[in-house]
Order: sequence, then structure tokens, then C-alpha cells
Amino acid sequence: MALNYDQAVAKYEPTLGLEVHVELNTKSKMFCSCATEFGGAPNTQTCPVCLGMPGALPVVNGRAIESSILIGLALNCSVAPFSRFARKNYFYPDMPKNFQTSQYDEPICVNGYLDIEIETDEGLKAFRVEIERVHMEEDTGKSLHVGGATGRIHGADYSLLDYNRAGIPLVEIVTKIVGGTGKYAPQVARAYVTELRDILRSLGVSDVKMEQGSMRCDVNLSLAPMGSGALGTRSETKNVNSLRSVERAVIGEVIRQSNRLESGERIVQETRHFLEESGQTRPGRSKEQAEDYRYFPEPDLVPVVPDSAWIEELRSTLPEKPSTRRARLQADWSVPDKEMTSLVNAGLLDVVEETIALGAEPTRARSWWLGEVSRLANEREVDPTTLITSAQVAEVIALIESGDLTDKLARQVVEGVIAGEGNPSAVIAQRGLKVVSDDGALMTAIEAAIASQPETAERIRGGNIPAAGALIGAVMKATGGQADAAKVRELLLKHLGQ
Amino acid sequence: MSGISREDVAHLAKLARIEMNDAELDHLAKEMDVILGAVARVQEVAASDVPPTSHPIPVNNIVREDIVRPSLSPEEALSGAPAQSEGRFKVPQILGEE
Repeated sequence: MALNYDQAVAKYEPTLGLEVHVELNTKSKMFCSCATEFGGAPNTQTCPVCLGMPGALPVVNGRAIESSILIGLALNCSVAPFSRFARKNYFYPDMPKNFQTSQYDEPICVNGYLDIEIETDEGLKAFRVEIERVHMEEDTGKSLHVGGATGRIHGADYSLLDYNRAGIPLVEIVTKIVGGTGKYAPQVARAYVTELRDILRSLGVSDVKMEQGSMRCDVNLSLAPMGSGALGTRSETKNVNSLRSVERAVIGEVIRQSNRLESGERIVQETRHFLEESGQTRPGRSKEQAEDYRYFPEPDLVPVVPDSAWIEELRSTLPEKPSTRRARLQADWSVPDKEMTSLVNAGLLDVVEETIALGAEPTRARSWWLGEVSRLANEREVDPTTLITSAQVAEVIALIESGDLTDKLARQVVEGVIAGEGNPSAVIAQRGLKVVSDDGALMTAIEAAIASQPETAERIRGGNIPAAGALIGAVMKATGGQADAAKVRELLLKHLGQ
Repeated sequence: MSGISREDVAHLAKLARIEMNDAELDHLAKEMDVILGAVARVQEVAASDVPPTSHPIPVNNIVREDIVRPSLSPEEALSGAPAQSEGRFKVPQILGEE
């Protein structure tokens, strides 16, 4: 009988290690002045340095060093007083130099931590993930494997290389061993990567788009028999490219490893690839031993020795922590926990904050973004923030608050804005969506409603006020929802002597 | 200081993807042994108060401004490539690795 996840974590204790690679959003590459822009034609952003031509000399990008130090400071790390680059030698065509310039035993930042919160059976629980190091390196080129049946390396006839990405600044953030998570290992992994992404975004150092590869996570996982205190052999699952996949990769590996152990097999230390469709992993290349990389200090680059004045200057520019900001906004807006989580998970905090800053009432701002706009975005499978701007949502809300739009009309306006018909005012003019509050026009509709339901009118005359609902409904229907309902009610009751 | 063995050389040759025959391995093992021996003598002299040198000039913090400068044209970039296709460098199939 194969173990399922719950059975696996009842018998085995998972231990995690997370390595996150982040592409910095500098304009130029790490060691040369080629552009880093995404999506250029192949090999249009290369030069002798990033192509590894003999004699070409690299010079490090100052902004990349600043970004790396900022990341370290935001993760509560110490900045190393002396840091150096190293060559990581390996033979693979994605790096034309035959080595990757990285950092080895002298990384820029060390010994930090990141506090996260996870939902447990006993409610929200804080968890501290310790950070081993933050180091600088460079991204590799992109290979395209041609021939063979699968588009994978095995069976390919040849590979084509585009080096536009080679040399783009990359920062790797490595956790210490994360133990003691028990069955919550998947949630801890996900919460850590989520919080890290939010911090990096708040620092403005990276686009942190997992689906586009500007942030990638490798998940190390091992299992040990429950209570043994031992550390099992780990697997490393590469390039897990969404928050949900981080969680699924951990679950997949716990299940796979536990079942191997159950059947008396050994876990092989290896690199595995995450399969998006099944949530499982398949083996990749066997890991070269660390010493096979023959790291040695990079002789073409000089050491980085940040003085404390510089570090303190950078520290003073650190933005508000995302967790502090969330707590502040939640208190300001008096949002329940669950709705706050929805806003955060949907990535709507910024736009809601902007919409409120533009004068919208907080509850309305939240409900429009989380409700109608998110619904339309889901239908189109896009990010809500790409459909409509904060200013447009704020304008719609202002028109509701002034009584110029009903909720129903406002939904049509939002739909029009999203359909590309222009700003709310243009959509309203184009579609003729103004609330009808002109007494004459309303009275005509009211009289028609009374004529069609004389008995209801009689009951209202007799003092049955709630019966007015039926007539107000008829008027609203007759005016295509454009009537000001409060006004209709007032005119109707007055007309019927109430 | 133990020397470098023939197996060490074979391993390094494999990592660097350099094909070497038996005679070459024997020859290089001896040569590299001599080089290592020479380096070992330097290590005897350099006490722990002498830090390892990775750069001949004691200079730190040389950085570049984050400014984009023109790259090579793709034609220039690919001009030395033994093979190319679709604006990309073409390399032989990669075996035994993924």
C-alpha cells in the first residue's frame, strides 16, 4: 500500500532547504554593459565579456552590489566586510566562458532570517526561516534543444544557444536547514517564498515574476524517520516556477521519498525536475560533487569591501516591511483576516491602497477590486491590475457615492472600461448610463407602474408601505436599472399619499 | 604533500571534456606533479599571516555604473561560431546531462 501525504508525514519528519534565484532589474548586465531587457532577438545583447572572449575583462555593476546588500539587510543578514567573486567551473554550453562567475566561500551577506506565518490546525502560527547566505552571480544563456521527440536534451540532435540572458545579475538566497515544520513543510515553503517575493518587490530590486523566470525556486527535501533526529539524503527539485508549485513540489517529494523508504530503497542525492501537470518530479542530471566545480577566486574582479557608512546609508533607504505594511493597512481599513489574505494572495494591496488614496471609501475599494474586477479578470485569465487602473475604479466609486451611478450601472461602466471604451466618463456618455433622477421622467414610469398593478397601489394607499417594493422594482425595470431607486421610492409614496 | 595521480588527471580531463590517451595522461600526471610540488614549497614559506592572493594589486570596490552600452551585432557575435542557426550558436548534442 502506497503512503499518501498524511500517512507519510505521520511516519517521517521532512527537512527543507530552499534556494531562490532572483534576477535583478538592473539596466545592464552583471559584468558588462549589455542591456538586460527581456524578449530581444537572439544574441542581440552580447559582447566579448558575456560571450567569454579571450582577454575580455569584466567589471561589476555597482547597482547590482547595492541591490544585493539591500536584500541582505531586508533579510536581517550581516553584510560581509570582505566579499569576493569565484569561478564555478563546469562544461556546459549555457555559459560560454565555461565557468559561471559566482560567489563561493565569501558571499556578500550571511546569517539572516525571515519570519513568516502559516495557517495551522491551531490557527495562525509564526515560524522563523533562517537564511544561510545571499550571494551574487550571473544568469546563464537559453538553450533550445532541436530534434528528438520530446524537445528535451535526451535524443536532441543539437542545441541552439541565445546568450542574451547570460550575465544578467542573479542573486541567490539560500536558507539554512529548515526543520521542525512537521506536516506543515509545504505551507512553510510556500509562505517563505511568498514573503521573500513581497520583500524583494517592496525593495524594487527585481520584477519577481515567477512565471517569467525572474524568480525561481529550488526545493531541497529530505525525510528522516519520525523522532530519529537524523537527517536523510536530500533531493533537489529545480526550477519550481509558481508559489503553488513550491507547495506541490514539497508534497510530491514527501510522498515519493516516503514510499521509496517504505519499500526499503535508498534515496539518491540528485537533481529532479518538477512536472507542472502531475505535481510529481522526475530525475535530472546526477549532481556533480561540489569539488568538481573547482571553485577559485576570480582573478579578473576585485574584492567587494563595503564600508559601514555605505551599509548604513543603504539601510536607511529600506522600505517598510511588507508584514508591517499589511498590519498597518489591515488596521486602517478594518479588514477581517480572511479578506486581508484574499487581497494579499490576489496581489491587490497596492491598487486598493491607491484607490483609497484617490478618495474611495475603503470597503467599496476592496469590494470592487476583489469582486467585480477580479471576476472579470478570472474570466479573461489575466491579472486584475492589468484590466483597469486605480484612478478608473476610484472614479466609478465616486460616481456611486454621488448618486450618479447605481451599483448595477457601475458594473456596466467597469465592463465598458475593460472593453476598451475609455475612461468611466466616456463609457457613461457613450452608453447613456446616467442615473435617471429627473422627476418628470420618473413620474411617467411611476404612473405606468401604478396603472399596471392597481391592487398593489391600493394596498400602499391603505398603509402597506413594504408593498412599494413591487412597484419600485417595476419602475427600475422599465428604466433599465437607470433610475435612482431612493428617488423613485420617495416620489411613489408621495404620489400615493404616504 | 602527496602528488597528483594519473586518475586525478583523467578525472580533470573528463570535467574539461578533453580527450587524452594513456601516454598523455602519464605525461601530464608527472608534469602536474612537478607544478604542485613547486606550489607546495611556496606554501611552506607562506605562514598563516600571509593571506592568499587572488589579485596582484591591493585594490577593492571597482564598480561600473549601471548604464547600457551598445552590444555587438548578432553577426559579429556569431562570427567566430563554428556553427550557427536561426541567429543562435549551434552546439553538438549534449549527452549524459540534463
